[in-house]
Amino acid sequence: MRTANSDASRWGLRVLGLGYLTLLLLAPLAMIFYKTFEHGLAPPIDAITSPDGLHALKLTLITVAIAVPLNTVFGIGCALLLVRHRRKGNAVIDAVINLPFAISPIVIGLSLFLLYGTGGWLGPTLAEAGIKVLFSVPGIVLACIFVSLPFVVRETVPVLQEIGTDQEQAASTLGANAWQTFWRITLPAIRWGVAYGVVLTTARVLGEFGAVTIVSGSISGQTQTLPLFVEKQFANFNLPGAYGASIVLAILALSTLLAMNLLKRKEDA
Amino acid sequence: MEAHSATASAPRAGIRLPGVGAGLGRGTVVLYLSAIVLLPLAAVVSQSLEKGIGGFWEAVTSPLAVSSLELTVICSLIVVVINAIFGTIIAWILVRDEFPGKSFVNAVIDLPFALPTIVASLTLLALYGNESPLGVHLAATRAAVVVALLFVTLPFVVRAVQPLLLEMDREMEAAAASLGAGGFTIFRRIIFPNLLPGLAAGVALAFARALGEFGSVLLFAGGLPQTMVSSIFIRQQIESGNDIGASAVSVVLLAASLLLLAIVTLVQRWGSRHERSSGGGLTVMPMSGEDFTVEKDPDEDG
Repeated sequence: MRTANSDASRWGLRVLGLGYLTLLLLAPLAMIFYKTFEHGLAPPIDAITSPDGLHALKLTLITVAIAVPLNTVFGIGCALLLVRHRRKGNAVIDAVINLPFAISPIVIGLSLFLLYGTGGWLGPTLAEAGIKVLFSVPGIVLACIFVSLPFVVRETVPVLQEIGTDQEQAASTLGANAWQTFWRITLPAIRWGVAYGVVLTTARVLGEFGAVTIVSGSISGQTQTLPLFVEKQFANFNLPGAYGASIVLAILALSTLLAMNLLKRKEDA
Repeated sequence: MEAHSATASAPRAGIRLPGVGAGLGRGTVVLYLSAIVLLPLAAVVSQSLEKGIGGFWEAVTSPLAVSSLELTVICSLIVVVINAIFGTIIAWILVRDEFPGKSFVNAVIDLPFALPTIVASLTLLALYGNESPLGVHLAATRAAVVVALLFVTLPFVVRAVQPLLLEMDREMEAAAASLGAGGFTIFRRIIFPNLLPGLAAGVALAFARALGEFGSVLLFAGGLPQTMVSSIFIRQQIESGNDIGASAVSVVLLAASLLLLAIVTLVQRWGSRHERSSGGGLTVMPMSGEDFTVEKDPDEDG
């Protein structure tokens, strides 16, 4: 009686949980793959190899190439500071780092829009110096740096705490300078944690939409990243174009998931 | 190059000038955070108060702003309740159940974190839009807002509850069962209280995400008056040049974010006092609320 009862509840939970996941995640994802290739390979490929599509892809990759290394270097440095150099102010730094996780991307976009706009605190000065932030690449990069700021820090801090300082102290006792200790001892020990953070940062930068849409102006062939290209194609009733670009982003997301799982295993090993 | 010096200086353990390297690194970190995060946010707050408290209040209490905030809060509340229930169920079957394809399902949970929100929106539209092959037409309805928010917030509760379930001492459950407790009693009296810190943190983070979500709602639910969440309202205000209206509603969202982050920190302190959990998988509880474990500042060793 008892086992029959728990068997039934186990099946019930299984069906509920997996059914929910299927309806919410898997079925829609399968559907978009089906929709994209419904009329063969040509329409999505044409869309993504159009000049605007290629430009959007290029701009997205440029953004990744700038924002991800900056946040990686900052993230490692900041994690070292938080873990290895305890001070009173650390709690404040820690809290500020978490802000981008909780703030709406639209609010982030607006904040940059106001700061660097014509009436903003920095806009007029930079404009005089000939630097255009809004509706151009620097604004897009700043938005992406903002939204993806916490990932490397958050993934590196626990690993740093876990490895402790014994090896670092041994190295410096043996005469290694700070750089040598960092490159030979600390970095190899935290590399999988950092890599995990880098993967998450990259995924976020590749896909950022809300913050970028406010600062970029979404000008085709100029300030349009791939996610903005998707919206524009959709708005222009070019569904094959929207689906084609979406598939590129979806495949990048699936690669991200794969990388995350491989890294998780490395970290656990 | 500035950011670089943070890397270089921070690990400078036991060198001749104690504190200087770390001081430089700290300065760089504070500068980077101020330039990237704090200064822009200050600009929003300042803009919202350009016409004083009165102007701010007028903007926040305009009928469209109020209805967008109401819709956002109500949808987010519905979303976190569903998340709490289904997130716990999914975490449960991932930890306590065995079925073929479990590791695949476990990996798929993080998909909403990896998939761009605009793609999520298009994806939901393809299945539940006007050309729905299932005959479910949700596009441009309030239900679509809820479904889009459910999609993007799915991982939070699952990933917050999962490590707690993994670490839970099953002997307590066995003891309760041997004393005659039924399945539901065991869940209510033993399991649920143990999961509560994770559940609370997951729900708070999901709520914060839902309040500000934009991309996934945009194409699927659209910006019709009856489906206009606050983020879409803010964009409309920016586009029509009403910076004060946009900023005022942004400040409301910002305040909600800060409050929720503070709640997550408190919940985590409470949870870590109860039992320190290292948390597996993705960082869904991004706060490192508890103190850092290194006892000594290496700077002082030199």
